[in-house]
Amino acid sequence: MRKFARHAVFYAVLIGIWALLGALKIWPTYVFPTPKGVGEALYAGFQDHSFWIAIAVSMKRMLLGYSLSVVLGMVLGLGVASNKFLEETMGGLLVSLQSLPSICWLPLAVLWFGLTEKAILFVVVMGSLLSVTIAMEDGRKQMPKIHSMAGRNLGATGLKLFWYVLLPASLPFILNGLKQGWAFAWRSLISGEMIFVSLGLGQQLMMGRDLNDMNLVIAVMLLIIAIGYIVDGLVFRTAERSLQRRWGLEPAS
Amino acid sequence: MTPNPALQPSFTGDHRNPARASNARWKAGAAPSVVSLRQADSDANPKVHLDGISLSYKTNDGKRLLALDNIDLKVQPGEFLCIVGPSGCGKSTLLHLIAGLNQPTSGSVLMDNKPVTAPGTDRILIFQELGLFPWLKVGENVEFGMKMKGLSKAERRERVDYYLRLVHLSQFKDSYTHQLSGGMRQRVALARALATEPDVLLMDEPFAALDAQTRDLLHDELERLWAETGRTIIFVTHNVREAIRLGDRVALISFRPGKIKREYRVDLPRPRQLEDVSVALCAREILDDLRGEIDKSLREQYGDKEVHA
Repeated sequence: MRKFARHAVFYAVLIGIWALLGALKIWPTYVFPTPKGVGEALYAGFQDHSFWIAIAVSMKRMLLGYSLSVVLGMVLGLGVASNKFLEETMGGLLVSLQSLPSICWLPLAVLWFGLTEKAILFVVVMGSLLSVTIAMEDGRKQMPKIHSMAGRNLGATGLKLFWYVLLPASLPFILNGLKQGWAFAWRSLISGEMIFVSLGLGQQLMMGRDLNDMNLVIAVMLLIIAIGYIVDGLVFRTAERSLQRRWGLEPAS
Repeated sequence: MTPNPALQPSFTGDHRNPARASNARWKAGAAPSVVSLRQADSDANPKVHLDGISLSYKTNDGKRLLALDNIDLKVQPGEFLCIVGPSGCGKSTLLHLIAGLNQPTSGSVLMDNKPVTAPGTDRILIFQELGLFPWLKVGENVEFGMKMKGLSKAERRERVDYYLRLVHLSQFKDSYTHQLSGGMRQRVALARALATEPDVLLMDEPFAALDAQTRDLLHDELERLWAETGRTIIFVTHNVREAIRLGDRVALISFRPGKIKREYRVDLPRPRQLEDVSVALCAREILDDLRGEIDKSLREQYGDKEVHA
């Protein structure tokens, strides 16, 4: 409760300073929007459903692209981790590719897939695939060997071994990578949506720019932050906590 | 020192009198059916037969190391065999070979006269580090092998309850393994292994990390479970007294290469206690033989020319 109170005070002060700066009219409102204007833009956006649609479209792309890269990344990561040749060759390539912002793939993606959903999905997948792959590779290596031996000893083979033993055993080690993959995918998606016109939050933001409506721009920025925060807190924190409880790992505090 | 009549040394390959151990199994309360069955067994049908097993592997500096050298061992159905040797002699490796987690360089492991090529639920290994799955509850851990075997849900549930009761852990079915003490975790591993109903239980220094009281308790429980279920047990330990406390027969493995140096039959009546004078006397005799191997292993580990005891 005290933590909540601290948060409430902090944000109240922050918005207060913002409102104060706005009220002083140092800059024109079209350069420096006020909390009131942004609030109204948020209200209007939800009122005419344009925000709901944008969120739905963006989330759909995220879910599709992210699931794709999780599945692909796990297969790739396991492959790289279990083969010495792949590890030496692909391993280095993956790490160096990770320094490339995935939006750089957009020109190629548009050329290959046209101005379609596929192009944007490609950018999202490229954004998170490497994180997931590297995390899976690390996870497979860090995972205590005893678990896979125990699994085989109890009769698990092939796909069963992967699903019931290797995957759950490496989960604590890959969770951070999955989380990072989600964050990268989210950034890639918004950048992609901003550059080529289609529905989605990124496009809403660019619309604000085109209309010179900074209230809308900030409103969408707030939405992007909120969704990122909610997914992180709701999905990944919950998963983390449940893992810690099961494995008996103390949360780092 | 006069030879101890309870301990009859026999050399590798000598497997006379296979049913002898059953007479000494349990003074009172043993299931008679199990005893008669074992008496009918002959030397020709060992449960597990290690037929000239050797294992060598490449070390980091490129040399080939002979870890196990021509091991010949027959284990009778229902027998409790203990394998002792200094650390690093390949005892655990031997169990991994029997479990099918590893393949020997030459020779073969036979189960009921059929060669072993892969892991199978007819022989379950209990690892030294247990290998319980931390993401599963106690009950789910016990259930795991049966699930892999494809048993029906109802049967699985029934057996989980049965084996958890057997190891006195019924009320911990829904706990996670990290919430249990070392001794309790040991019992979960035992229940998990027993639940797949293997013919042979392979145990790799299972009680080495436990305190003395818990270990004594688990010795009693293991002996009781062995008597109740009639399983064949191959038990690896570096503790000679433990081997004599539990085993019908004790096989001593030498250090590098791992060979069966000697075998001993333990004719002490059951139940035995670790503190029994007779157990200590038997242990003394084996330890005399083991001393040389321990010295060899220490020299290897510490690189000394000589070790002063």
